Order: sequence, then C-alpha cells, then structure tokens
Amino acid sequence: MRRLNAILALVVVVCALAVIQAQHRSRTYFVELERLNKEAHALDEQWGQLKLEQGTWANPARVDTLARTRLGLVAPPPDRVRIEALPDAP
Amino acid sequence: MNYHSRKLLKLNLAPWRMAALGSLLLAGFTVVAGRALYLQGLNTDYLQGKGDAVANRNLTLPAQRGQVADRHGQLLAISTPVESLWARPTELRISSAQRAHLARVLDVSPLELEKKLARRTRGEFSVQRPVTPEQAAKVTAMGVPGLHLRREFRRYYPAGEVAAHVVGFTNVDDLGQEGVERAYQDWLAGRDGRRQVQRDRRGNTIRDLVPIKTAQVGGNLALSLDLNIQYLAHRELAAAIATHKAKGGSVVVLDAKTGEILALANQPIFNPNNRRDYQPGPMRNRAVIDTFEPGSTIKPFVAAAVLERGLFHPESVIETPETFRVGTKLVRDVHPHPLMTVSEIIQKSSNVGAVKMAMSLTPQQFWEVLHRSGFGEKPGSGFPGETAGRLRDAGTWKPVEHATMAYGYGLSVSLLQLSRAYMAFANDGEVMPLSFLRRESQEIVGERVFSPRVAREVRAMMETVTQEGGTGLRTRVPGYRVAGKTGTAHKLVDGRYAPDRYLSSFIGMAPASNPRLIIGVVIDEPSGGVYYGGSVAGPVFAQVMAASLRQLALPPDAPETATRMTQNTKLPVTRAGGGA
Repeated sequence: MRRLNAILALVVVVCALAVIQAQHRSRTYFVELERLNKEAHALDEQWGQLKLEQGTWANPARVDTLARTRLGLVAPPPDRVRIEALPDAP
Repeated sequence: MNYHSRKLLKLNLAPWRMAALGSLLLAGFTVVAGRALYLQGLNTDYLQGKGDAVANRNLTLPAQRGQVADRHGQLLAISTPVESLWARPTELRISSAQRAHLARVLDVSPLELEKKLARRTRGEFSVQRPVTPEQAAKVTAMGVPGLHLRREFRRYYPAGEVAAHVVGFTNVDDLGQEGVERAYQDWLAGRDGRRQVQRDRRGNTIRDLVPIKTAQVGGNLALSLDLNIQYLAHRELAAAIATHKAKGGSVVVLDAKTGEILALANQPIFNPNNRRDYQPGPMRNRAVIDTFEPGSTIKPFVAAAVLERGLFHPESVIETPETFRVGTKLVRDVHPHPLMTVSEIIQKSSNVGAVKMAMSLTPQQFWEVLHRSGFGEKPGSGFPGETAGRLRDAGTWKPVEHATMAYGYGLSVSLLQLSRAYMAFANDGEVMPLSFLRRESQEIVGERVFSPRVAREVRAMMETVTQEGGTGLRTRVPGYRVAGKTGTAHKLVDGRYAPDRYLSSFIGMAPASNPRLIIGVVIDEPSGGVYYGGSVAGPVFAQVMAASLRQLALPPDAPETATRMTQNTKLPVTRAGGGA
C-alpha cells in the first residue's frame, strides 16, 4: 500500500511536469506559428506588389513607346508578311 | 517529547498579552480576508474587465479586395496594403512646432492641417490616406500621442487610363464607384475577419481566446477584355480624336462568336490612379451610357426587314430620285443615282432608297424588326448605368417619323447596343448575349434575330460598302474581306439638327467570309473639315481591325488583296509613337 502510494505520487509529479512541458511547447509553437503567419502575410503582400510592378512595366502603352523610340521597331508592312496555312487548318 | 517539561520554553507570560496579540492577529487576518472577499467576490467583474482590457485584444483582419485581370491574366486592378494616418481627438497632444513639422512631412499647408486636426469627432478620423512609407516612418519617429498609423488596402490600376472606363474605380473606403468595380462589388469585396487574442507584457500574442474568423479574400475577376486590343483601340481612337479635333468618341470590339467585349475605349479619358481631380465628364463610359441617333448605320436593318418579308431581294431595282417627299419632309440623297438595287442602296447609303424600302413595311412590322434587334432595350452587359436607348412604340409613329427612322433619325442607341445588333449579321442571324467577363464558348445560347439567308445577304451587301463605289473605302483591311456600314448623322442640338455638327460612325466586321470580330466606332463632332463616317471613323476601324486580326492570328480570307493594296492605294500608315 505504501509503495503504491509512493509510485502514484511519483506518477502525479511526472504528469505535472509533462503538463508544464506541453504548455510551454504549445506557447513556443504558437509564437512560431504567429511569426510564420506574419511572414506568409508579408510575402503575400510582396507578391502583390511585384505583380503590380510587373503590370506597370508590361503596360502596353509603355512597351509601345519604348519599342518605337528606343528600339526603333515598326509594324511590318503587309507585303513583307507571308502567311503560311497549316496543312490541317480548318 | 514533552515541551512543558523544558524550562526554557515554559511560558511565563501574563494572560492579557496573549489575548492582545491574538486579537491583533485576528483583526489583521480579518482585514486581509475582507479585502480578498471584496476583490475576488464582490468587485471581480470590474477588475477582470480591466485585466482583459490590458491583455486581450480584438483584432480586425482586413480582407483584401479581389484582383481584376484581362482575359490573358494581365492585371487591371489590384489592392496592396498602404499606411494611412489617423488621429484620435481625445488623446491628441500636439505642439505647434510638431504641427509645423507634420505639415512639412505630409506636404500640406499648415493651415489645411490645422483645420483637419481641429475636427472634434468621437472616435477617430483620417488625417491623410494613404501616406508614403517614408512619411510613415517620419510620423512614427515624431511620436505624437493621438496620432497613429493604420494599415489599409489601396487599389491600383496598372493599365491606368487605357482600361479605365471598363474597370472603373473604388473610393477611399474600397467601395466600387464605377464600371466593373461597381457592378461586381459584392464579389470583389472580401469579408473582414476577426480575432480575439491575449497578449503578454511585451505585446506578443500568447493565445487565441476564441476560434479565429479568417478574413475572406475577395473573389478575382477575369474580364473578357484583351488588354492588347484594348490598348490598340485606345491608341487609335486618341489619334483620330486629335487629327479630327473631335469632342469625344468610342470604340467597341466584340467577339461575334461569343458576345464577349474584347475592348471598349472612350475619349476623353481619366486616370483611375489619381483620385484628386474628380470630373464626372471624362469618367463616363460613353459607349454604354450615352445614346446617339444612329444615322445610316440603321439601314442594314431596314434591308434585312424587307428581305425577310420577301418584299425585295438583293438585286431588286428601286427608283431613287434625288429627292423624295414624305408628308412635309423632303428626303434627299447626297450622291443621287436614278436607279439602284437594294444592295447599291446599302453600298452608297441612299436615304431615298432606304425610306422607300421602309415605307413598304407597316410601322408595326418595322418596329418589330428594330425591337428584335435590341433597340429600345438594355443590351444586357450588366454594366452599371447601361442605357436602353429610345425606340418609340409603333402606334405613336407619324409617317414622317416612319420615314426618318429608315435612315436613323427619331430613335437613339448606344454604341454597345448598335454593335451588339450587328452581331446578327456577323453570326448568320444569331445574337450572342454580351459579357464583360471571360466565358467558355460552350455555355452560350444565342438569340435568333434574322434567318441565316437574310443575314448572309445583308452581310454581302455590307461587303460592297468597302469595295469600289462604296462609302467605306478607307475601312479596308489588307488580306481580309470586310463588311460594314458607315454613318454620318447630324447632331441634335437644343431640339434642332445642327447643320454643321456631326456624329461619324462605322460598324463593321471581319473576316467577312466568317466574321469573328465586330468593331463599332463613333466620333463625336469631328471639326477638322472631314466628317463622313467612312473617312473619320473608318480609318480607326481599319487600324484596330487589322491589329486585332493579327493579334488573334486569324487566317486571311482574301490574301490576294494584301499585295494589290500595297501597290495601288496608300497603306494605312502605322502612326509612329502612338497616341496618348
């Protein structure tokens, strides 16, 4: 009987320590989760901004102007265009 | 062990001291217990509330508004987070030196800032939204109590003015005000989430008190627009407005097979990224909201109506004197020919011929054809403020009106509505429902307006418009067959037709053998000396059509014209630099 009591007391102590440990881990993980969530959010925002930036660079008006002025491109006149029909074109 | 036996511990005290000490201790404990009871039992709610107020936080998780993209995923509208400056009047303590500094940082006049900060509202008000990241850092460094930054989303439109009329814009509170932003407000808007958390002394979040209600991000939209075609339409229209010194204009590009709106451009324009200069005029999507009298572009419907009833066939010859009297009205032709076939009436845009054909129908029959073609009814694109135009009931028509209706006066339409109606000729008699959203081809059910035979016959007539002897020579596209109709209408000014103010239009389709695209162009009050629809609106049509056909890689249906046209006629020159 005495031995059983001693064992049970030991078990209780171990359980108590385990609870503390679990609680601590939960807190740490929660902090980690929060941090990662924040990071994901920041990355999301960055992605949106990059997309916006890409959209601004790829704006047809800008591409058009650059192609004509900086690169000196012109639309080919129709007599310089040859159209090849695909063999099984509808 | 017997303590009493120990000498040292033997109490040798007066009993009153024991009693005094005992009662003192008891009194002390009673006070402590009373206090504990007061704090824990009686006053607990108040104190618990105080504690929670320090440690617990209610957080709003702002939801991001959905993105709008064109049919190929090119971005047209996106929300990104920005900082904005808010003030809480009850806590605001700001010295005059700080005030001056703040005015400099925010780049506003001190007086204006003064007025803003003097506001006495409950809660909070925004001082400036948004502020730049640099401004935000400077304001934080100042550390003025009562001023704080808040994260908000701001809408950006990468395509700017090019797609502004279709996409529309939102106000500072992220509510759609115009265009697609308004039409699909419910879908685009996200739903804010909510979180209740507990924080420690340093402000770290320790745990969630209630399950998180996550923010629902707004839905994304894929529009039917093709940004490349949209840009071309915008550029060519702007160039034409500049050359012809016109007041305004619109271009609509429709996919004839699906009813999708591939491009819709208007002039004048506005920049949706700059909310400072609000002007209602340029923000109007004229192609959808404004109406005009269609003029000669209505004639193909007259031809279709008489062909359908079997009253004429395309080669029937009609006497067309220079003038023709209906009641008190004298109908006149600009380029008279004594005899014309139905086909030639369309080709040369004869008013007399059109009136004679229309008079062979009863008003009811004529009305029915116009009504079936969608005039007097909303075109159903779902665009906010869409107009139905005006088509009066046949019972109220006077003979004169019946006659003028045949060449497009006495009824009004929007460009979108008119272009939609032309789908019947492009699509062998069927009109597809319009859409500003990208759609899959299998889900569309068309509406039959004309029989396939009549639609093809009228299309063949409209093809002669762009051929030798027609009014639309400048609408030709090298390599493709083009069908269309020119229109030049006098503008109604104060209830009278102004002799010198015109609306020039052209609605056409290509490749005419199996039309895929319909393009409608209308130019408002060209004042550069030229005003015929074929010469003002026609070249815009040709440019946009040529570029769009190339964009969609449609095989030419008249490859031989490409070389012939380069030799004989001046090619439509591609403008260098583009228009802005």
